[in-house]
This record gives sequence, structure tokens and C-alpha cells, in this order.
Amino acid sequence: MARTLFDKIWESHVVAEPSGEPALLFVDLHLIHEVTSPQAFDGLRITGRTVRRPDLSIATMDHNVPTEEGPITDLLAKAQLEALERNCTEFGIPLYATGSGREGIVHVIGPELGLTQPGMTVVCGDSHTSTHGAFGTLAFGIGTSEVEHVLATQTLPQRKPASMRLLFTGELPFGVTAKDVILGAIGRIGVSGGVGHVVEYAGEVIEGLSMESRMTICNMSIEAGARAGMIAPDDTTFAYLEGRPAAPTGAEWEKALDGWRALVTDEGAFYDRDVEIDVRELAPQVTWGTNPGMVTSIEGTVPDPADYADADEREAVERALAYMALEPGTPMGEIHVDRVFIGSCTNARIEDLRTAASVVAGKRVHPSVRAMVVPGSATVKRQAEEEGLDRIFEAAGFEWRRAGCSMCLGMNPDILAPGERCASTSNRNFEGRQGAGGRTHLVSPAMAAATAIEGHFVDIREYALEPVA
Amino acid sequence: MRAFRAVTSRAAVLDRADVDTDQIMPKQFLKRIERTGFSEYLFFDWAKDPGFELNRPGAQGAKILLTGRNFGCGSSREHAPWGLQEHGFEVIVAPSFGDIFRTNCVKIGLVPVVLPQEQLKALMEEPGEITVDLEAQTAGPFPFEFDPFERECLLQGLDDIGRALRHEDQIAAYEAAHAPRFATTAL
Repeated sequence: MARTLFDKIWESHVVAEPSGEPALLFVDLHLIHEVTSPQAFDGLRITGRTVRRPDLSIATMDHNVPTEEGPITDLLAKAQLEALERNCTEFGIPLYATGSGREGIVHVIGPELGLTQPGMTVVCGDSHTSTHGAFGTLAFGIGTSEVEHVLATQTLPQRKPASMRLLFTGELPFGVTAKDVILGAIGRIGVSGGVGHVVEYAGEVIEGLSMESRMTICNMSIEAGARAGMIAPDDTTFAYLEGRPAAPTGAEWEKALDGWRALVTDEGAFYDRDVEIDVRELAPQVTWGTNPGMVTSIEGTVPDPADYADADEREAVERALAYMALEPGTPMGEIHVDRVFIGSCTNARIEDLRTAASVVAGKRVHPSVRAMVVPGSATVKRQAEEEGLDRIFEAAGFEWRRAGCSMCLGMNPDILAPGERCASTSNRNFEGRQGAGGRTHLVSPAMAAATAIEGHFVDIREYALEPVA
Repeated sequence: MRAFRAVTSRAAVLDRADVDTDQIMPKQFLKRIERTGFSEYLFFDWAKDPGFELNRPGAQGAKILLTGRNFGCGSSREHAPWGLQEHGFEVIVAPSFGDIFRTNCVKIGLVPVVLPQEQLKALMEEPGEITVDLEAQTAGPFPFEFDPFERECLLQGLDDIGRALRHEDQIAAYEAAHAPRFATTAL
């Protein structure tokens, strides 16, 4: 029978399928960070259990870490980081701690170390684990109870989710990026449009994207409510992986390739839901509300609640506009920002930083804007510095920081003050996400960079055409 | 995990859609390394408003939360259900839930019940106590569906990990047949 990519990965990981119970799925890679793991390790100690496969586990410090040089001053954060260090030592799990040179956002380091490989199952106590699906893996976020379960058993009990294909057709217009593609898709299917589904992103648009861009798309699967997102591996995937520290070499590489090339959806395979999106009309996207589905194009305006027929929806839009302090009918291009954040597991890889740098090169950040760049990992930071991107950003007036999750969720000192408005390359514009009372607009790295220079949202398609001074 | 059969209680009403886990438990409270102590931070920013739904007299002591679609969307933080449970909620009724949040609830014995929007609205308008009975699969007058296996686990308060380890032989056989391509410990 014709099978989807998801079917193939699922079936090859079923360890047991007890009658009437969920299947027990084997986990090939377990990524661990400081915030969602301490109680799981405590659980192991209480029950006298151990970590079954430290060799399939890896930990890093990302959520809490300060991005400025110097020691950590937040005592609670420090205690949590120390707990991770103690737990990893006690249970034999390799840890890339701050300063190790390999630390960074967990979803950036997995792929860059070559740990994320096609056909694998990947889990982490973080909802953006869906990022790894860009390599043709089944990758999803789990809670702390499940983290403990994976530590103890290297498996997870799972009911098989439904499948969904998002097929992108047409050619991506100039200035429109992966971030715009996924924001546009979430705007279309809604923030609960993917609930209970594993999404496969397909079509020539996807095939033409780099691995970094594919990761941006899969990263935001969870913002549509999807359990996971995935893309079939191809030559782009293999070229990215080859030579990375954990990637196979020599004859093993050739053998691996043979297996990976079979990881495609068979002709005629069935999806529970199939959605086609034409990208030809897609323009750069900017969110206006308090969830990623509240989005429009840079050519659009802030919506009017009166235009919503459904009472619940109308109320949600009213509440969002009140929180965001936006007037209906305001053109998106007239919204001014106080801060710009280029970073996060969505958009802090080398390609993202190169794009942003190319927009700001030779220009100056608007005097009313504070802008920062936080590389996704120590490796990305190093590479960017080798390419001179740090100097371009700093010359333009950006702050150049150390790697971490930073202002995507504001667990470290990088937060918005109440009322501050931010153009952010991150993934969530929830109330208070970047700091209590802060107002977040999600955009692509190119759009964020141009916004930093102009002080308000601008259409990157026109902006990029201006000669660089 | 404590076993759960049924609860009879007044219900708190939070009639909003897409309530994300950042609202339920904001990030500044995720630095605790303990599993307890989260209830005082529940809906921290919203709760500052005296008119917030859960501050109303009728919501005090409620063990049942009635809320909107896609409740618990967003972050995987189990701290959100921990806070809700510690606050005293035993059941959450919504038209739909965020997937990870729902799983987290089941793992800790906080019962997520799905009811269609119209039935939920009817319960929201009904003052006084209601009964949610997992054994009978009813919420007030309305029957609901529940995964039979998860229901059994909740009714008996079963430990997940212990159950998985009954399949230890199969896990070991799978491992023997699937040599990994790398060891993180050797990188």
C-alpha cells in the first residue's frame, strides 16, 4: 500500500503495539535543556530509575542564559543551569554548557552537529522540536512527564496522529521568504488548524528552499497547532548533512543515503487532509495580533473587529487590538517599533543573519529603535564573525550578543518593557511573550532588518531595491 | 498519579479561545526546579485585573474549568497544567486542546474533557454545581468521548513508565536490531 513519509517513519519506530493501548515508539534522539528537565531527573531519582540511553541524549543551555558577556546574575536561572549540569553528570548525558563552543538553541545545535538525520524520531521538552522535521524526521515537543518517560525507557506511548499535506504551488515572489510562507499558511488554516495532525510540507516551493528555510517552516508547525511538521529529505538535505560531526562517513554515508532516498511519500498515498496554497500572490507578512494566525501582509491594514461575523472571533480581535494598542484600518507600514529582535530557533541561523546583514549593510538603525542580533548557537556566532557579519551589524548600530533563546521568550534579562513594540523574527506574539506588556510583531529577518533602519514596517520588496549606500 | 473517577463542583468559566500556556504560566516562573509552587503564578498577568474571570466570587474553589477552543496552545511547559492542578482544578472542559498540553494533563491526572461548543456554552450559562464523571463519561447532562486507554489510566491512577517497562524485552530487541549511527557521548 502507498505510504506517506510520516507512515514510513512511524512504522519503523514501533517497538510494541499492545492491544487497545497506544503504540510504544522508539526515540532516536532526545534533546534536553535546563527548563523542562529538572523535575524529570528528580522523578528518576525518586523511583530509582536510570537513563536508558545517554548515548542518544544530548543537553545544552539555551532558555535561561544571559546573552551579554559576564557571569549570570539571576540566581534562580543559575540554580536551574547548575541543576542541569549536576543531572547530566550524574546520569552520564553529554552537555554542551555555556562556553563549550557547541552550545546554543537546542533546535539549532541538533542539525548543525549532524545529529538530526532523515528517518529519525526526535523529541525534546520544547514545542519547537518540530524544527527537526525539515530533515525528514518525526520530531515533536513533549512535556516534562514525557521527558522522564524517554529518559527511563527511550520510548514514548503514542496514538498515531492524523496526516495532513500542505502543498505549496507557484513560484515564490521576490522578497518573500520561508517565514512569510509559514505565517501566510498559519493565517490561512488558523492556530488550531493543524491540531491532531502531522503536517508534510510539499511542492516545488519547498523543494527549492535551503535547509535553514525549511527549518523555519517546520519550526512554526506548532503555531498551527500541529503535532509535527516534516519535509522529505533530498539532495539539499544530504549536502547540508555531509561532513557534520555526527553524520556518517565513507561506506556508512553511502549506505545511509540509500535508506534516506526511500524516505518520500509514495505516489497515491492518503492524507487525512490535503491543503493547497498558491504562493504567487504572497507578500511579506506582519502579525498584528496576539497569536501567529493574526497576520496580514505588509500591504494590509489592521483589521476592524466589526468585520468579523463570529462573536467569539470579534471579541478575540478586540482584545488583541486593545493589547497591541492598534487602531483598525491603520496601514501596517505606518506602525512604528521601539525594538527589533533578530534571533530564536525560527530565524537565527547563518542564512538568516546573512540576509539581515545584507539589508542593514552601510545603513544606521533608526535613532528611536534599539536593535539586537542573537545568533542561534555559538557555532553560528563564530561563522558569522568569520564572515564579518558582526561588524556589519555593529556598524549599523545593532547589539551583537551571545547565543541563546533570549528575547524570543524573555526568560533571561533580554525582555521588552511594558508597552514597548517589537519587530521580531521569533515564533510567538502571545501577550507578554517577550516581556509583560510587550507588543510583538512577527516578521522575517529581512523585514526585521529593514524595520530597524526605518523605525517602522516597510515593504522589503521595495526596500531591497534601493542602492546600498 | 492519583486516581480520578468523578467530581462535583461549581465551575469557573474562562470563555476565551486560544488561551496559550504563556498566559497560564508566564516564563518568569519556569525557573523553579521543583514540581510544586506554581499555583500562585497561575494566569499571573491576567489575574492582576480584578475583573478577570477567575477572580470572580463564583470561580473560587471551582474544581472544574470551562473554557474556549484550543486551550493550552503554544509552549510545551508542563508547568501550566501543574499550576492549574495545584490551584485545585481537576477537570478542564473545552471544545479542543493544544496537543502537548492535553497530553501533559493526562500524564498528571488533570482530566481534559472535550465537548462541542454549544454544549459547553449551555454549561457556562448553567449556574451552580455540575458533575463531571469520567467513569460514566458525562459532563453535566452531556456524554463525552474519551480515549479508552487514557480513561483507564486516569481511573486507576496508573504509572506510565512502569507500564512501558513491561515491554523491556521488546525495547531491548528493537535496540539490538537498530544500531544508531552515532553516540552523542562520543562526539
